[in-house]
Amino acid sequence: MDKIELAICVGSSCHLKGSRDVIEALRGEILKNGLEDKVELKAAFCLGQCGHDGVSVKVGEKILPGLTPEKVPSFLKEEVLPLLG
Amino acid sequence: MAIAKPLKFDTLVQQLKYRVLKEVAADYWDGTLEEKKEGIPKLISPGPKAAFRCCVYKERAIAARRVTLAMGGDKSNPNMLEVIEEACDQCPFGGMEVTDLCRGCLAHRCAQACRLNAISFLPDHRASIDKTKCVNCGMCAKSCSFGAIVNRRRPCESACKINAVKPREDGITSIDEEKCTRCGQCSYACPFGAIVDKSFILDCIDIIKGSDSGKAYKTYMIVAPSISSQFHYATLPQVVSGIKALGFTDVVEAALGADLVALNEAKDLSEEGDCTSSCCPAFVRYVETSFPELKGKISRNLSPMAAIAKYLKSIDPNCKTVFCGPCIAKKMEAKRPEVSPFVDCVITFEELQALIDARGIVLAELEGKPLDNASYFGRIFARSGGLSDAVRQALKEQEIDFEVKPVQCSGLDQCKMALTKYKAGRLDGNFIEGMACPNGCIGGPSCLTHEVRDAADVDKYGHESKETTIKEAVASAMADPKIASID
Repeated sequence: MDKIELAICVGSSCHLKGSRDVIEALRGEILKNGLEDKVELKAAFCLGQCGHDGVSVKVGEKILPGLTPEKVPSFLKEEVLPLLG
Repeated sequence: MAIAKPLKFDTLVQQLKYRVLKEVAADYWDGTLEEKKEGIPKLISPGPKAAFRCCVYKERAIAARRVTLAMGGDKSNPNMLEVIEEACDQCPFGGMEVTDLCRGCLAHRCAQACRLNAISFLPDHRASIDKTKCVNCGMCAKSCSFGAIVNRRRPCESACKINAVKPREDGITSIDEEKCTRCGQCSYACPFGAIVDKSFILDCIDIIKGSDSGKAYKTYMIVAPSISSQFHYATLPQVVSGIKALGFTDVVEAALGADLVALNEAKDLSEEGDCTSSCCPAFVRYVETSFPELKGKISRNLSPMAAIAKYLKSIDPNCKTVFCGPCIAKKMEAKRPEVSPFVDCVITFEELQALIDARGIVLAELEGKPLDNASYFGRIFARSGGLSDAVRQALKEQEIDFEVKPVQCSGLDQCKMALTKYKAGRLDGNFIEGMACPNGCIGGPSCLTHEVRDAADVDKYGHESKETTIKEAVASAMADPKIASID
């Protein structure tokens, strides 16, 4: 199966809102759940959702704004795990 | 409400060029350029009286050439700089001359200073220079207490530190295509605006329109760090909003590319032992054409512009990248085989200003958007000395035990001196930071302003970075510094 790609916005606005912390939290959570072979993290620039609090992430073709490190575990559970079938 | 500050240009020459670019951009955007381009010269010089030349017809002829240059110029001429023959005033170029200020003194310091015995005295006691002996060394001028001896050189010729700009026999200035590095200093220096860079503003408009607001592909504008000293009438966040309002998906700092380059270049330098920088395309071309034996000593890293463009294409292969900076030589760099796959178009600050105004975007009224990708060190690449500071920091951050001894050169005259020593094995250092423009990129020919405060503005902007170290900035962008390598 192809890996699920999570593109995290590292553009200026998200960078200032803490995209780096979100990336770290995602890396930690992926390791914790043993998903290294199934989920791939990559960078993106502006996803056009700068108005939201938190960081934008693109999962497949879906853009999800407002991610924070605290929300990472529930985000993985609700948005990513179902895609893994 | 604050009163909007008017757009400020260093000179009337820049303003004229801007007006033409703005008209061309506006008409092209509307799809009416072909029918309207013939009318642009008349808009610039409505007449009936001439505004700044001998007659309106000459003004219009020159404006017509500016229109052609704004549309990409002469495709058969590989140089990015063209001489507008009609605009060249054929300034005097007599070399050392004794002026009316000579008082016919008794000291004759000028004659003593001249080692070639080229100075004699006329019956009225005034000095006279024998042109067959004079080599224009300037010692006589320095010795004269009245400042009565001047070196009459054309501004374009004096600005070119490597003698690539010379008058033709008929008096019109010409550029030695082989020697020319495209630094563009002659273009900024010419008081008649007769040396002009080709514009790719139409290609930029094609890229923006073709993206269909990001539906067809994403468009990124990569901005040079010197942008922080450019738009004094608006804030940098407002400029970012303006660029997005043009239709760009995002604005990315070239300084993040500089961070990548600094990390990789520090490593390469420690392994090689010595090298020159590769950030300035005019410097690179100068080494390649005038010091070919040192070609192998040029760092094998891309420039910050190309490195960040390569990174953008690596995460989004369909995207289009447009670089905007103070530099004419970057237009040439974008055509190099190792750069052209990554950089789709290069425009200058002047052209960005024209494009924003052509679209009727009022920067001062926009709500700002942040610009923060790079570290302090990536941002200070814009001024002389910044690159060396960044390499030193990159060595420290990567715990590489190597002491960089930089030789900072800004202006091709300084570069020439350092390269001559390097060639002879007598360089007092192990790293040449070569920049073709005086004071670095902030002295670039296509800056909107060239002010003393520019360097301070760049440093201030540098300190506003969220990330304080190069490594953190690069990690935040999830980038691998190896991407900066040409190989």
